[in-house]
Amino acid sequence: MSSSAPEHAASAPQCLQLNRFGQLRHFLSIEGLSRELLTEILDTADSFIEVGARSIKKVPLLRGKTVVNLFFEPSTRTRSTFELAAKRLSADVLNMDIRTSSTSKGESLLDMLRNMEAMASDMFVVRHAQSGAPHFIAQSVTPNVAVINAGDGRHAHPTQAMLDMLTIRQHKGSFENLTVAIIGDILHSRVARSQIQALRALGTPEVRVIAPNTLLPAEVERLGVKVYRDLKQGLKDVDVVMTLRLQKERMESALLPSEAEFYRLYGLSAEKLRWAKPDAIVMHPGPINRGVEIDSEVADSPQSVILNQVTNGIAVRMAVMSMAMSGQMAEMAASQEVRP
Amino acid sequence: MKLEIIGGRLIDPSQGLDRETDLYVEDGRILALGERPAGFVADRTIQAQGCLVTPGFVDLCVALRSKLNARMATELKAAVKGGITSVCCPPDGSPINDTAAVTSLLREQARDLHLARVFPVGALTQGLQGEQLSEMFGLKAAGCQMVTNMRRPLGNNRILRRCLEYARTQDLTVGFCPEDYSLAVDGCVNEGFTGTRLGLNGIPAVAETLAVAEALLLAEDTGVRAHFFQISTARSVELIAQAQQRGLPVTADVAIHQLLLTDSVLDSFDSSYHLHPPLRTERDRDALRQGVRDGVIQAICSQHQPLELADKQAPFAETVPGMIGLETLLPLTLQLVEEGVLELQRAIEALTVGPARVMGLELGTLEPGRPADISVIDPECQWVLTEKTLLSACKNTPFLNQSLTGQVRYTLVDGRLVYEAESK
Repeated sequence: MSSSAPEHAASAPQCLQLNRFGQLRHFLSIEGLSRELLTEILDTADSFIEVGARSIKKVPLLRGKTVVNLFFEPSTRTRSTFELAAKRLSADVLNMDIRTSSTSKGESLLDMLRNMEAMASDMFVVRHAQSGAPHFIAQSVTPNVAVINAGDGRHAHPTQAMLDMLTIRQHKGSFENLTVAIIGDILHSRVARSQIQALRALGTPEVRVIAPNTLLPAEVERLGVKVYRDLKQGLKDVDVVMTLRLQKERMESALLPSEAEFYRLYGLSAEKLRWAKPDAIVMHPGPINRGVEIDSEVADSPQSVILNQVTNGIAVRMAVMSMAMSGQMAEMAASQEVRP
Repeated sequence: MKLEIIGGRLIDPSQGLDRETDLYVEDGRILALGERPAGFVADRTIQAQGCLVTPGFVDLCVALRSKLNARMATELKAAVKGGITSVCCPPDGSPINDTAAVTSLLREQARDLHLARVFPVGALTQGLQGEQLSEMFGLKAAGCQMVTNMRRPLGNNRILRRCLEYARTQDLTVGFCPEDYSLAVDGCVNEGFTGTRLGLNGIPAVAETLAVAEALLLAEDTGVRAHFFQISTARSVELIAQAQQRGLPVTADVAIHQLLLTDSVLDSFDSSYHLHPPLRTERDRDALRQGVRDGVIQAICSQHQPLELADKQAPFAETVPGMIGLETLLPLTLQLVEEGVLELQRAIEALTVGPARVMGLELGTLEPGRPADISVIDPECQWVLTEKTLLSACKNTPFLNQSLTGQVRYTLVDGRLVYEAESK
């Protein structure tokens, strides 16, 4: 049985993300993006994988453009892959570590953005602890700056989801016949939300979430997933197993009794992985808590595609950045044409 | 000063009145309806053909004060432009209204402005800290009809129970903004599908209903009159209806936006919809509408909350909840009538005598002998809400640039014309 159709409302985020030609101009969320557009991102990313294999790993698509990494939350990995992606596209990159600069001095987010704009930035890559911060930034900045969401609160992590989709497509060919299970802390996970939306938009017939009630958001089934509380039942006939990072804070906020009990019920061991299909692949967005959500034996096994995910991360971010920049430029050109 | 209002459609739910007739005002009071009293010669005649003539509106929740503490004049101008002749203002702001001195100051400030009447609601505990009883006798003597701790938590239920016992002793109504603090503390939207999609922390419906249930039990136990401010859930309506059926002195109001909107409007993280209590589901909205129709909910209020631009310019959860509402209360209520949600009589009742009775005021009526607080309304007038036309000092409303129907032509307080629309 397939999961029920996902619900999503109206078009506001979609309108914000697309230019008048339906091309990407910001990349804020998977929600509202068409299957065709997501496939275009994957195809474009595929073409960039080859760039990474060359001895000279650069293409000139963003030459002369300035990309600012606005990271309001620490993240070495995501920031590094964005930086690398921008540099491979020949952009100039500025890394802003916001905790040590402006907002801690009481400068408002808006004032800080105006300063960044004044430096003639062309693209903001935004990581923020608040859901919706990249939307707010995209609505507040001058229209010629493209905004890429590098993870906002619990809301979305669309580039992570797309690199996961690329990895799945590489290993499984397509999405039409897949059963995918996402295990663990769905409640706090921006990754899970974006994965679910991407999987459903790309035609995956069955997406499952497996977690105790304390780690499931309200009415999660309306995202188009089937809910399982039991790992064994949830992994039956599954082609792709997606694990999530479990934060230590969850034990302190009365959501879980202990890491040990979580591991016992939901931690992915080699033995439990056998409940899924024999050729199931195992994914994790990193960084891994070995022995909590996943065992070393599984993380390092042939079924694990975790390192492919990392490699694909650069290609997907190159794809999204180049597409958003060209969509942004097309929009600017068109808006200048209509002016007298 | 003698004044007559001629040819309007008088709607006064306090008398079950809905007919075309004339109204006469003398010395600040309603003199008569219908036939012109013998020897009455008006100093001023208001032609009200095609207009509704209603008692002035009583708004149970209007934040007049901010950190700047200088908003009373602008906000009361906005009130009378919206046909609102009495505003009840919550005790927060600076200083907190927990003493007779603050209450008296607020009332004096309002009196000097000669706009709408102001009825300060007192603090239930000193500084709203939830620990020590406020001087309720003094508050009442200075003019408070009601005390509340707003959405601030009480130290524990023993303190709350004692507050209720003492309020009962002073014959004060206790206003509850029902919300379990620990269940709501991190939230900014309704806990449900919209919050899940947007990754925003939810305030579950049970945060409100748990507090309603607890307050009802303690109110029953202490015998105090209880009023629930701005309820937002279907289950709250049910619990309050049950208490009323059992004869408990319990009333409730609802914010106009809760009767119109649901959390589905939050799509693009629009902070103008960041409200507290949050917008809920269609089911909740429908139950609230039914609650107003059935009379479980006595009053519709604006829950007017003026906020600076910067308060709303941030990622959603970091913005300040609230919207302004004085100038949209009437047209939005008329929209509910137009959509068939409410009968006109019932809608006007919930803006006039309904809230007046909640506050124990002899207002909200056109009965001869009562103070002449009157709104004359053109119900067909279409207009567009813009930042320019808003009199409120703040512009935080999601209804900006929308076309609204229904506008106040004249507002009278104590028989004095305090607002007159520019003639078209």
